Amino acid sequence: MNAHVLDPTTWTDVGAVTDIPLRGARRVPSPRGAVAIFRTGDGEVFALRDACPHKGGPLSQGIVHGRAVACPLHNWSIDLATGEPMGADRGKGCAPVIALQVREGRLLLGEA
Amino acid sequence: MSAPAKQRLVVIGNGMAGCRAVQEVLKRDPDRYEIAIFGAEPRVNYDRIMLSPVLAGEKAFADIVINDEAWYRDNGIALHTGRAALAIDRQTRVVRAEGGLEVGYDRLLLAVGSDPIRLPLPGADLAGVVTFRDLDDVEAMVAAAARPGARAVVIGGGLLGIEAAYGLVRRGMAATVVHLMDVLMERQLDASASFLLADALAARGVETVLDAQSEEIVGEDGRVAGLRLKDGRVLPCDLLVMAVGIRPNTALAKAAGLDVARGVVVDDGMVTSDPSILAVGECVEHRGQCYGLVAPIWEMCRAVGGTLTDQDAAYAGSVLSTRLKVSGVDVFSAGKFSGGEGCEDIVFRDAGRGVYKRVVLEAGRVAGAVLFGDAADGAWYFDLMRSGADVADIRETLIFGQSVTEGLRGLDPSAAVAAMADQTEVCGCNGVCKGAITGAIVSQGLMTLEDVRAVTKASASCGSCTPLVEKLLKLTLGESFQAQTGPKPVCGCTHRGHDETRQRIVAEGLKSIPAVMQALEWTTADGCASCRPALNYYLLCAWPGDYRDDRQSRFINERAHANIQKDGTFSVVPRMWGGMTSAAELRAIADVVDKFEIPAVKVTGGQRIDLLGVQKDDLPAVWADLNAAGMVSGHAYAKGLRTVKTCVGSDWCRFGTQDSTGLGIRLEKFMWGSWTPAKVKLGVSGCPRNCAEATCKDIGVVCVDSGYEIHIGGAAGLHIQGTELLTKVATEEEAVWTVCAVTQFYRENAWYLERIYKWMPRIGLGAIRAEVEDPERRRALHDRFAYSQRFSRIDPWAERVAGRDSHEFNPLSRRLEFAPV
Ligand code: SRM
Ligand SMILES: Cc1cc2nc3c(=O)[nH]c(=O)nc-3n(C[C@H](O)[C@H](O)[C@H](O)COP(=O)(O)OP(=O)(O)OC[C@H]3O[C@@H](n4cnc5c(N)ncnc54)[C@H](O)[C@@H]3O)c2cc1C
Ligand code: SF4
Ligand code: FES
Repeated sequence: MNAHVLDPTTWTDVGAVTDIPLRGARRVPSPRGAVAIFRTGDGEVFALRDACPHKGGPLSQGIVHGRAVACPLHNWSIDLATGEPMGADRGKGCAPVIALQVREGRLLLGEA
Repeated sequence: MSAPAKQRLVVIGNGMAGCRAVQEVLKRDPDRYEIAIFGAEPRVNYDRIMLSPVLAGEKAFADIVINDEAWYRDNGIALHTGRAALAIDRQTRVVRAEGGLEVGYDRLLLAVGSDPIRLPLPGADLAGVVTFRDLDDVEAMVAAAARPGARAVVIGGGLLGIEAAYGLVRRGMAATVVHLMDVLMERQLDASASFLLADALAARGVETVLDAQSEEIVGEDGRVAGLRLKDGRVLPCDLLVMAVGIRPNTALAKAAGLDVARGVVVDDGMVTSDPSILAVGECVEHRGQCYGLVAPIWEMCRAVGGTLTDQDAAYAGSVLSTRLKVSGVDVFSAGKFSGGEGCEDIVFRDAGRGVYKRVVLEAGRVAGAVLFGDAADGAWYFDLMRSGADVADIRETLIFGQSVTEGLRGLDPSAAVAAMADQTEVCGCNGVCKGAITGAIVSQGLMTLEDVRAVTKASASCGSCTPLVEKLLKLTLGESFQAQTGPKPVCGCTHRGHDETRQRIVAEGLKSIPAVMQALEWTTADGCASCRPALNYYLLCAWPGDYRDDRQSRFINERAHANIQKDGTFSVVPRMWGGMTSAAELRAIADVVDKFEIPAVKVTGGQRIDLLGVQKDDLPAVWADLNAAGMVSGHAYAKGLRTVKTCVGSDWCRFGTQDSTGLGIRLEKFMWGSWTPAKVKLGVSGCPRNCAEATCKDIGVVCVDSGYEIHIGGAAGLHIQGTELLTKVATEEEAVWTVCAVTQFYRENAWYLERIYKWMPRIGLGAIRAEVEDPERRRALHDRFAYSQRFSRIDPWAERVAGRDSHEFNPLSRRLEFAPV
């Protein structure tokens, strides 16, 4: 589960874990840009703002592999747990982590 | 002096936890309590986990009794079997049970376990629908299995469901496990282990249906007759077992006013919100956690024994491990099995023995393990995990297990390798010991990894021991050793090259990505963004019509059937066969542009029209309108056939020798939809003036008076490269055959992402010419291409318009009102 800085006070149900294919992602639109929720092959889920730290590519459209997603625009690998680029691009910004909880198979997004 | 009056301890629940807790009390202070136990089941205490072997007929009930009647008698325990406790009066400290029996207590222990969950499906109350929890359930299942030809469906692909199905098969039934997820035992296993498990179960007669949602239990005369799935399939059955999970039994506690969350809430001493009442086992919730395995229950029982005898006792929660009890199928899982930041995955596969091992390290310590096929080291990894031992110094040999690693601890990696005994096995696949390798290096003067592989076979199979063999070379040869490379591996997940991978997919009949990863001993658990698309293509090419495309292994453009743009919108390029269009098509395009306010329309370099800046959610609607005007996907996004550029040819041009436009259209109509290693572009020019630029395409046809020249290997992108002449044929028929044959040869032979202009020099123009100039080989290639096209010439847009993969195009939820943090 994501580590988050802020402790949200309210949680909103956005769907079931199984609505996201394994090794896939879905988008949730919001006033400050979309959120990408990922589900790994091992069934873990993560939420990041849907914007690559490189040039804002929509990470929700990338290939999920291991615990990372390959950005669809220029193939940076982004760590799903931290939103940070991995490998050679480490340290070049990050996609903010969004508070996410799973309760009884439902996905809850946090609001501060 | 008379003995002080004993305190009264009443235990509700004569199961695994209740009796073990009593044993823990007796062990510490046998004379302290006068003990009474209520059990709802009409029998003495038995080992519930062994119900699986009882079901399978591998054990009898008598073999699994833990405490027989003598035990209760000898310890002066009053056992009330077949009597459920009905209420607890905390004021008067009395338990009331069935039959009006009332017993007073000083301390009360709740050990009522949990109830199996019954899905509220229509038909759930039919006869023949059972759960798997106690001996009565087992007896009902055994009775159902006794009818000849009886079939069972088990809902739930967790440990319990699998053991139920296996047991039923052993009893002579046909059994199918239906699982909601696409991974069996998904809490314990990853996809690779699940794949192997499904295979092993199939070999034992247990069928598995994954990714299947149950909708209705179909009945006949009040008895179960089948299970209907959401996709409409009906699985006929005479017995339906629900093994979908458990719910802690909290009714008694709740009615008595104790704190209850998911389970009965207890502190570290296992005491509930009432200091005179304790609880233990599956019915409790401790530090927010409920458990469904016995190991934590044994730990809880120790704390109960301590608390009830006034000794210091604290339960601090448990780390879990799981083993599956299916004969001959070795499965172990513990802790986390997915990597992450600071995590390192060590994966070992041995295809020969059907072994898969994955150990996850976090900050230099074991954080979890999944073992399949050889779980002997499960306990060892589990110990390392629980003790939090630093394993940096045994990292190199950790995956080979305890016997290899033991004794090397504390040495630096090279010293550890040096210190390994000569008879220690280095290569598990081929059974080669260290001594054999170092011996061969010295006696035969081996210098390279390849030499060692050739002579000793060490590291020649899965390659997991390659680092170890390289260390041995370095140690033995000193400075003169230089690491060597074999054929270019597909990616960092494997040592195998593309050719070997492709050949073995065909030769060994591998039909899924996990099957390839296991057989070729991939060293990661689920591959990466490089190998997965490659494997997906290789499988698709090898097994047309058979292989189920793995969309999650496709780049977004191929998953969404449109090209992603820099702002996250998409572009839509419909086919314009051979570059021809009509007023009706152009009008439809114009209407779509207006209707969806598409910001840009452009004529591409490939003789067709690109609609740029379409919102992803709009794609299916845009396609629906284009489909309605007869247009289909142009696959401008595909590693597949793209455009067929033509010139006007003999129809109009004063120099045209043949109908180049007609041939181009014919080729495009036959070849569209095909997937290829990299994109394929065609051009057909009506004469050597070559207005269709056929000689810088992947395959180009140049019409001449005497027939058709077929050229291949051109490019005009990153590299400008003219084609080479492949062959010349006399008729249009032959031109089509040849183009299809060369395409198929390329499809079956090239490496993923290798365009024809790179493939051709690698394997040689002569080799390709030999294929297409031999009439029989040409025919066979053409026929294989034609066969594959039967499954590919399907408009992906129309399929999506009809609703396929709709989750790809719809956001997960409506737009949020707030900005999540
Ligand atoms: C749209 C188009 C440009 C245009 O406005 O005309 C175009 C657009 C793109 N080309 Fe192209 N190429 C287009 C014709 C060409 C041509 C000309 C041709 O086909 O006659 C070439 C040179 C011929 C060739 O392929 O050798 C061409 C050589 C490339 C290359 C270099 C390939 C190479 O192996 O050297 C790339 C990069 C790649 O594929 O890795 C590329 C990649 C791309 C991509 C897919 C870049 C990307 O990955 O997103 C562009 C996608 C834009 C989009 O969303 O539609 N495009 N591209 C043309 C679409 C043709 C069509 O109708 O399908
Ligand atoms: C088929 C099967 C296989 C399993 N395999 C494994 C395995 O391989 N490994 C593993 O770790 N775990 C396994 N488990 C789980 C394990 O058996 C349980 O975790 C364990 O039995 C729980 O112990 P408990 O005492 O809390 O509950 P139980 O053993 O269920 O005991 C509770 C008892 O309380 C009785 N009871 C309930 N309400 C009342 C009442 N009001 N009055 C009187 N009595 C009442 C019940 O009838 C029951 O006998 C398996 C379970 C099953 C069913
Ligand atoms: S030439 Fe470059 S910028 Fe232009 S479409 Fe092709 S890839 Fe994009
Ligand atoms: S925008 Fe993600 S890699 Fe460039």
